[in-house]
Amino acid sequence: MRTGIIDGANLNGGQQLAVKYFSVALVLFLVQMLFGLLAAIQFVRPDFLYNVLDFNVNRMVHIDAMVVWMLYGFVGAVYWLLEEESGTRVVGLAVGNLAFWVLTVAVAIVVVVYLWVQTGPGNDLTRWFVNEGREYLEAPRWADFGIVAVLGVFFYNVAATFSRGRWSGIAGVLTLDLVALAGLYCAGMFYLTNITADQYWWWWVIHLWVEATWEVLVGCIMAWGLMHVLGVRRRIVETWLYIEVALMFGSGILGLGHHYFWIGTPDYWFSIGGFFSALEPIPLVAMVVHSVYDAGVRKLRNGNHPALAWIIAHTFGNFLGAGVWGFMHTLPQINLYTHGTQWTASHGHLAFFGAYATINIAFFYIAMQTWRGNIWLGSGLAGEGWKWKGALALINLGVIGMTVALLIAGYEQSFIERAMEGSTWRGYFAGQMHPWFQQAMAWRLVFGVVTLAGALLLVWDLLTIGVGETRRAPQFAAEAG
Amino acid sequence: MGTSPPVWASESFWKKVAIWVTAGSFVILVILTFDTLSKTAVGGSRVQSYSVINRSIDYRFDYILNRYRPVFGGDEPLFGRSLSEDEAAALVTQGKKTVQAKNCMNCHTLLGNGAYYAPDLTKAWLDPDWGSVEEREARMLAFLLDPEKNAVTFSSGRKMPRLGITDAEAHAIVAFLKWMSAIDTNGFPTNFKTIGHQED
Ligand code: HEM
Ligand code: HEM
Ligand SMILES: [Fe+2]
Repeated sequence: MRTGIIDGANLNGGQQLAVKYFSVALVLFLVQMLFGLLAAIQFVRPDFLYNVLDFNVNRMVHIDAMVVWMLYGFVGAVYWLLEEESGTRVVGLAVGNLAFWVLTVAVAIVVVVYLWVQTGPGNDLTRWFVNEGREYLEAPRWADFGIVAVLGVFFYNVAATFSRGRWSGIAGVLTLDLVALAGLYCAGMFYLTNITADQYWWWWVIHLWVEATWEVLVGCIMAWGLMHVLGVRRRIVETWLYIEVALMFGSGILGLGHHYFWIGTPDYWFSIGGFFSALEPIPLVAMVVHSVYDAGVRKLRNGNHPALAWIIAHTFGNFLGAGVWGFMHTLPQINLYTHGTQWTASHGHLAFFGAYATINIAFFYIAMQTWRGNIWLGSGLAGEGWKWKGALALINLGVIGMTVALLIAGYEQSFIERAMEGSTWRGYFAGQMHPWFQQAMAWRLVFGVVTLAGALLLVWDLLTIGVGETRRAPQFAAEAG
Repeated sequence: MGTSPPVWASESFWKKVAIWVTAGSFVILVILTFDTLSKTAVGGSRVQSYSVINRSIDYRFDYILNRYRPVFGGDEPLFGRSLSEDEAAALVTQGKKTVQAKNCMNCHTLLGNGAYYAPDLTKAWLDPDWGSVEEREARMLAFLLDPEKNAVTFSSGRKMPRLGITDAEAHAIVAFLKWMSAIDTNGFPTNFKTIGHQED
């Protein structure tokens, strides 16, 4: 085993597959930012790339790259911990590798078609081969089947490996959660003319992913991460995990109703959606308490400072972006005016970033540490670790800056377009043309550039952190489950 | 640390709670789903049958419900031709498929969901800026066929791009928009003054 240089021999089989997923995730993260910036420029200069790469294309690539890189990160994180957690080798590593390449080629084809073909005639072929035209689920139908097949291989590997090794509490929750996650995707795989029913099922995928199954998935990953990075005891993290599952599913499943206020669905969803979604911040508070307590008890002593910093960013980001920003507009009395405004975009950015980008980045650092021979990434890094600290600061500053700019734009839009003007075409542009809105869009662009700069620094840091380092980090051997 | 924790802090207790809470919530969701889908089937009171495009549609404040609600008037066949239920369904379906194929949702919102670069389309059929009820159909078709030339941007410079929409597709999209404007969206958007309202 060699230290200080990247060497696959430092990784177990699952981890060798995981770093492939992480690498693609990081590339797609940069793609996400690039297309977000193109779209943000168009808000400020509408002629930019008009009729060449229009806003809808850029935005689609922006959000789809996000969903896909986060899924890559999650799959990678699970493969990363699989052998340690199960105590045995991954059962189907070869087929796992094959699935990785199939998925990656499919993603590349989808993106090329998005950019070159963009849209098609209003028939079934377009939905099958170009673009499905439903936000977040734009991937053409052929790719949907590919995604489900690849998730099937992944699920097989997880379930079979735990079965051959040992089932821990984390393993049980993780496996059941993956069944739900893959099953929910199928709720978005059919065509309906009835747009009310269409959006009803569309939200099953979007909401029940990000506010239920993804949230529990990161709960599992975090539980393992806290044992690994801080040496927290298994009984504690697993008890917390069950509490979080109870609170998250108990609020998030029926909280789905906060998307059923205005799409033509019956009005009993006002009370059900309003009530249960208002409870959703509770598990997020619990997660903050849990991880900050654990970190504090250990006086933040650990051998991977960047990973710990991003884990803390995750707990606070999840609480703020999903919990606070989500709660702000979740009651129907408020949502009537904020629904589908920049207010929503403000929440969408802070929630996806705070809850899911952060935890993935933490895992990138955990992976680099082991990949270079489990080196020390605590205090006393070369250059005082200015690169990881700079990346952390720039990315968080950038996203918070964008979030605040969008919130201001959202307030203005809710008042002017919605409350005063009644959401007509003219009212919409009255809101968009207001100087406060325009300034907010300019600031969003500025902070978007800050975010991208931070992300580039992050990539540079990940490629160089710990080069030549020979000090070893302490190993927290996870107790058996 | 030898003593075992109290029941309320024990792992096995929370495991059971997690299972029961999840299962219970899911069962309730499934029951509500059946109910919602039956109440939102096409042809019901919330989502109108496709042949509603043969009628005049408006959106008015209902003083009893205290919210805006679609209201239906007499005959007003789309493009001057009254359609059978099947013909209307086929036309609206083609419109919906075109809306997906052209990726409208990544600039506009529909029922308030989508992107925020362009106006909400939920009640686009009723928008006062189509001029008058008489001009509306022609203006909508012309706009969809050449959005660059017929842009209505209120000096924002934000024009809809050329999407290669054919004449048949444009008719179908208008039918879809008319049908969608008849959905009872519980009063969203509120305070919307329709094209019909302006003529009162
Ligand atoms: C990590 C978890 C979460 C993520 C990633 C997330 C993300 C998002 C995104 C992207 C949207 C916009 C969807 C669209 O494009 O139409 C959205 C909408 C919404 N979210 Fe969240 N969210 C999360 C958690 C929450 C929580 C916990 C709440 C409530 C307490 C909440 C309340 C809402 C509401 C009310 C809307 C609808 C906004 C509208 O009417 O336009 N979200 N969420
Ligand atoms: C370089 C930085 C970024 C820029 C300039 C940017 C820009 C944009 C723009 C212009 C939109 C379209 C909003 C609209 O329809 O009006 C958007 C949507 C979105 N972006 Fe970003 N973005 C950036 C980074 C991110 C990051 C880091 C995340 C999350 C990890 C993210 C998540 C989203 C989501 C979830 C939406 C959909 C929001 C909704 O529908 O409510 N973006 N972004
Ligand atoms: Fe939600």
